Parts: sequence; structure tokens; C-alpha cells
Amino acid sequence: MLRACRWVSRSLPPRGGGIAEKPWLNSVLGAIVNGFRSVPFIILLVALIPVTRLIVGTALGTWAAIVPLAIAATPYYARIAEVSLREVDRGLIDAVRAMGGNRWTIIREVLVPEALPGIIAGFTVTLVTLVGASAMAGAIGAGGLGDLAIRYGYQRFETTVMIAVVIVLIVLVCGIQWLGDRLVARLDHK
Amino acid sequence: MNSVVSASATLAPVQADEVVRLTDVKRRFGTTPALDGVSLTVRKGEILGIIGRSGAGKSTLIRCLNGLEQTDSGEIHIEGRNITGLSEKELQPLRRRIGMIFQHFNLLSAKTVEENVALPLKIEGLGKAERLKRAAELLDLVGLSDKAKAYPSSLSGGQKQRVGIARALAARPALLLSDEATSALDPETTRSILALLKDINRKLGLTILLITHEMEVVRSVADRVAVIDAGRIVEEGQVWSVFADPQAPITQSLLSGIRPQLPDYIAARLSPVSGGEQILSIDMAGPAAQGALLPICRRHCRSPSGLSMAVSITSRTSRWRGSSLPFPHATPRCRNRSRIF
Repeated sequence: MLRACRWVSRSLPPRGGGIAEKPWLNSVLGAIVNGFRSVPFIILLVALIPVTRLIVGTALGTWAAIVPLAIAATPYYARIAEVSLREVDRGLIDAVRAMGGNRWTIIREVLVPEALPGIIAGFTVTLVTLVGASAMAGAIGAGGLGDLAIRYGYQRFETTVMIAVVIVLIVLVCGIQWLGDRLVARLDHK
Repeated sequence: MNSVVSASATLAPVQADEVVRLTDVKRRFGTTPALDGVSLTVRKGEILGIIGRSGAGKSTLIRCLNGLEQTDSGEIHIEGRNITGLSEKELQPLRRRIGMIFQHFNLLSAKTVEENVALPLKIEGLGKAERLKRAAELLDLVGLSDKAKAYPSSLSGGQKQRVGIARALAARPALLLSDEATSALDPETTRSILALLKDINRKLGLTILLITHEMEVVRSVADRVAVIDAGRIVEEGQVWSVFADPQAPITQSLLSGIRPQLPDYIAARLSPVSGGEQILSIDMAGPAAQGALLPICRRHCRSPSGLSMAVSITSRTSRWRGSSLPFPHATPRCRNRSRIF
């Protein structure tokens, strides 16, 4: 589902200079994206309980945490992807139009390949944010590192657990960032 | 009224069919007219240069020809077909008949050189093997065979434009549009790119329409030139004729860079003669002019180099009355023809 949402968001027309401009759709989606992005994740987690229950049948546990995580990450990522797509040089779109390319050709041959490094860099940033957000998932009983740190490290005063959790998080985030950067370096020929 | 003898190396074919015909094309952005009634024809196999200052409407004009820009009124015929009012979808097959090169090259950075060149063929629906074969041919034509697998970012500006040219030619277009293709290049690279365009024009008989703000570009490749100012064609003609005898003030101003005026102290010693009729017009810029006209030039102008200037000789009844010939040096230029002979 997460994936599906991403693909929908990715195919949004870039604002201004689009190949199929739909200003009304853009502003409606923009408002939705802004709405979700302005709510802190911990509040979204609780506020979305009815939706979560509707989708996965329960409001507690790992599966229940995935729904708000996906819903919070999607608009965040959509914005980042939008910026990458918007940064694609208009001249390239002109060049492919001048060759006789249709809208689909422009998306496939220009927009996606040219924006891909930026899209992947944005995806890395989103993943790192998700690691942070997932720490809050403990609040609805989804377990995880954040849950561990709060329960053992904070509430039981076990500083070692706290430090261990922090180290694991740092390693995790560094690892994700390193992988993302490598992938971007390989794809980016600018 | 003038130009009886042509000594230029660049003569357009006389009886050739038209590739492009514009009839009273208008386009405005807001309240400013970008094109204000442009009529123009481009004949098969010729190189037409459109020159104008920034904001004169030349980019809009060239973008109208392949429908990248819409027109408000008027008609544009490409190979006899009216393209005004066609939908984006109807324009697509037509655009495959028109190649285009750009000031900033517009190569796709995520694709290799050969993939860039092969892209128009991919759009056309050719198989991969065929595409790459044709791409290799074209890269050979532009002298970049060794760069097939390189990415555009590793190329110099001139090489990028060569790739752009190869890409524009991939689908065997009937017309090549050049949108300030040399404006981002240094003078030497500009010359090599122009030589390549000229070569392609000769070898393939390709019709080329190029827009530029540099007179040098027009002088070195174009057969005919049209001067555009404020959305109107103010002057049009054979390059030698326009260069030798510019009529519009804008043309004169555009030409002033490569056609400097007489030094003031010489001009002061010349008196204008009215009623002179021009009987001969020579464009000394063309390469063929070197052999044929150097002797004439030497005799009349006493110019040892004499190659980079435009000379007009007017009627015998007019007389030059300076105290000495105005060309004593190696850098002779004559601007006001009526004062010379």
C-alpha cells in the first residue's frame, strides 16, 4: 500500500511547466499534502486510529503502526519527489517534444531518468525520517527501538539500553544514508 | 534597385520547392506582440539565417515552426501542410520530420551519447539494433565515434552540440531548426560547428533554418538572411546583398560589429555624392570571393588582405573626392558606398 501511494504521488504533475498541467488537482493535492505534513506524527498516530481500524482491523501492534507511518511518509515523500521532478530542465522536455515524443515518452525518457537521482536521495531522507517516526509507534504497542528506549532506558533507568538503542539507531541511519548516497552517485551523470 | 552582379559564394537555389511557408503569423504574450505578422519562406536545400536582437521574437518564431509554441493567427505550412491549429497529438508525427538543435544542447544527462542520438528513433519505434547502428553512423558523421558510450557531462560544449546535431539528424528530417546553436560556444568551436552544418547541408541537401544574434554566423553559413525586429521581418535577402547594402537601421546596427565605419578623420575628408546608382555589389566575405575578387579589391581598394569587408561600387557618374584613397591600411572598411567612386 505504501508503494502504491508513492507511485500515485510520484506521478503528480510537477507544478508550473508541466506536460499536463492540472492546476486544480495540484492545489487540492497540495492542500492534502500540507495538511498531513503539518500534523506531528504522534498526533497523527492517534488521530488515524479509526482509519487504521478500518484498514487492518486493529488499532494496536505492528500492523496498526504501518498505516499511520505510510500515511505520514507519503505526503512527505511526495513533496521531495515533486521538487526533483520540477528541477528537470524544461529544455529537455522541449527537446523530446521537438523529436515528436508524446507525454508518456517524456515521463519515461526524461522526467523519471533525469529526476531519479533526486528521487532516490529523497527516498533516503524519507526512510531516515521513517526510522525516527517508527520510534513513536511504540505508543500504540508496535514495539520497536523507540519503545525499548522509553520502557527500559527511561522508565527503568537502564542507561546501557538507552545508549545501545541510540547506537543502533545511528548505525541504522548511517547505513541507510550510505546506501542511498552510493546509489545516487551511480545514477547521477550530471 | 541594386545588386546586379553576384560574386558571393553562397547562392540559394533559384527554383526549389518550399519547405516552410509562413503567412502573416502573429503571436502575442500578454500585451507585447512577439510575432507581429511574419511572412517567410524557406526553400528546399537552403540555409536561411534569421537574425535579431534578444527579444526580437526569433525564438518564438522558430518554436512556432514545430508547434512548441502556438500561434494566434496566420498560417504555417511545413512541406505544404498547414500545421496551425493541429493538436499536440497531430503534431507529433510532423515533428519527426523536423530536427532541432538548441543553445544549451538539451542532451539527456542520464543517457549515454549513443542513447541520446538514438532517442528520436526509439520514439519512431525502431528496434534497438537498428537504432544503435544508425546512431553509430551519425556519430561518425559528426566525428564523435569514440564517445558513443560516454555521458554528455564528460563532453565539451562543442562536442555536446555535435551530439545535438547527430540527434537532430537521426530521424532523417526534412528541415533542421537551429535555435542559437552556437551562442554558448567560443568562436573557434562556433566555426567548427558552422562548418559541420554547412557540410551537412551540402552532403544531405538538408534545409536549415537558423536563428542567431551574431552576424558572423549568418555570414559564414547562410544563403539568405531575414532580419527580425520587434516581431517583424524588417529586411530579407541574399546574404551578400544585405551585407553589402543594409537598408534597415537595425541591420546596420547589427552589422556594425563586423563592418566598422571609416575613421572620422577619413570620413571628414569625403563628401557625399547624391544620385549614384549602384552597379556592382561584392560580398568579400564568401570563400569563393577570395580568388575571384581579390585582384579587383587590390586594384580599387589597395587592400592587401581585403577579405573581410563588403564593398559596393556605385555608378561612374558619382565621384569620390577625397584627398587620398580611404584604404591605405591593412584594415580597410568602406561604409557609405556613395562616397567612394
